[in-house]
Amino acid sequence: MKKIINDPNQVVQDMIKGIVAAYPEELRQIPGTMAIVRNDAPVKDKVGLVSGGGSGHEPAHSGYVGKGMLDAAVAGEVFTSPTPDQLLEAIKAVDSGSGVFLIIKNYTGDVLNFEMAAELAEAEGIQVESVIVNDDVAVEDSDATTGRRGIAGTVLVHKIAGAMAEQGGTLKEVKAAAEKVVANVRSIGMALTPCTVPAAGKPSFELEENEMEIGIGIHGESGIERKQMASADDIATELTDKIFEDMAFSSGDEVAVMINGLGSTPEMELYIVNRKVQEILAEKGVHVHKTFVGEFMTALEMTGCSVSLLKLDDAHKTLLDAPTHPARFRS
Amino acid sequence: MEFQAQDTIQWIEKINEKMQRNKEYLTSLDQVIGDSDHGINMSRGFQETVNKISGGTYDTASDVLKDVAMTLMSKVGGASGPLFGTLFLKLSTTFKGMDPVDYHAFTNGLEEALNGVMQRGKATTGEKTLVDVWSPVVEHFKQEDEFQADKIVETAKTAMENTKDMLATKGRAAYFKEKSIGHIDPGSASSYYIFEALAEVMEGGK
Repeated sequence: MKKIINDPNQVVQDMIKGIVAAYPEELRQIPGTMAIVRNDAPVKDKVGLVSGGGSGHEPAHSGYVGKGMLDAAVAGEVFTSPTPDQLLEAIKAVDSGSGVFLIIKNYTGDVLNFEMAAELAEAEGIQVESVIVNDDVAVEDSDATTGRRGIAGTVLVHKIAGAMAEQGGTLKEVKAAAEKVVANVRSIGMALTPCTVPAAGKPSFELEENEMEIGIGIHGESGIERKQMASADDIATELTDKIFEDMAFSSGDEVAVMINGLGSTPEMELYIVNRKVQEILAEKGVHVHKTFVGEFMTALEMTGCSVSLLKLDDAHKTLLDAPTHPARFRS
Repeated sequence: MEFQAQDTIQWIEKINEKMQRNKEYLTSLDQVIGDSDHGINMSRGFQETVNKISGGTYDTASDVLKDVAMTLMSKVGGASGPLFGTLFLKLSTTFKGMDPVDYHAFTNGLEEALNGVMQRGKATTGEKTLVDVWSPVVEHFKQEDEFQADKIVETAKTAMENTKDMLATKGRAAYFKEKSIGHIDPGSASSYYIFEALAEVMEGGK
């Protein structure tokens, strides 16, 4: 393992200090925690938005803390969900009395820790609501499984719920907006190389030079299917086909597209994928309202990308277009 | 069986030794069907727990277990933090006001812990989780009248090994569907160490 780190057990603490030092005007750390909060929190009369998850997904989640998006993001250890006590501190720090909304990705650990934090906050008299994001079409959604994972589509939930809260939406309205995004967003990822969790010291799986994994998550776990390496166009086609199998997109639909790099993919390659995805959507007569290309929800240094499609109505178009201020996410 | 504060501290210290020693093994189990951090998280959590309770002055097992639970919840993270935290918290609440804890009360505590973790994780037996070790061990305790170290280790070990052939339907491993078959569940392996440590501490102290 070759990484620019100090102690493998200190990577998250060191990173958080570095982030806050980079944006002192906008962000602060809650002492004794790995929670990053908007400097002006709690914002009067505004629903507070808290998200979070394991570290290693940068810019998620701290990159979305700021006006128009999150009020706080809580980081866990690498690929490990944050703990209930720290989530509780973040909830308390952003509650202005209008309630706090939690955005949770569908992983057992995240769900359990956020649930416990919500129970603790409610016991202290704070109103809490939440949404569970499960946009990954690679994994099955059934009664017999844990359900689908939450991946890059989560960022679009942050954006739209964040805009709703910023314009004065109530806790109920923020929840409704977030739930509608979850109902309409679908994602799938693929990888060319694994990543190495610093404390583990070795890659999470191995791939041959001519192989790729389709349907990976964002935790260095292997995918659902291992295949022969293909061209960017074939990869884009395969990923969008998997999304279309799950949700029908027809002529006249309006969408947001997110092409997300997993940490080690050159922008060049993300744009090449975007080119094909746009072509496929145009052929279907689907109108692209907004496109995001870049790194939004990474998996350390994994090479690969994910594609997310979000079906939009007029209300969500307006929320998606509303200004967003976090230094690491402008729209 | 007379289970007191000092036994509890020894139990946790022994669990910690096993977690440190088997950190890489647990992580390797999690690498195949999870996200390869189970050993890292458990060893970090129990080390922090030992740091917290060692040298502390405790009157009862319940007091020790409460600190154990809170430390696990705040230091482990992932799914294991709330789940193992819940197990120890339930033991603590069941043992409240008892010093020492006798065999019958200990059995009750384990049963409450199992119920608590099933509720927290919305899990039942046969889903390839730590429940598949805790459940048969609780059954064993209920069927006997006194602490039997060898039998407990044997029951926990067999139960852990049985998770190998199960199809995961809960937790991260569920995403791997059929690929989850053929590997021991990491949470079950950790649970086995917990009971092995208990047996070693209580051995001879019926």
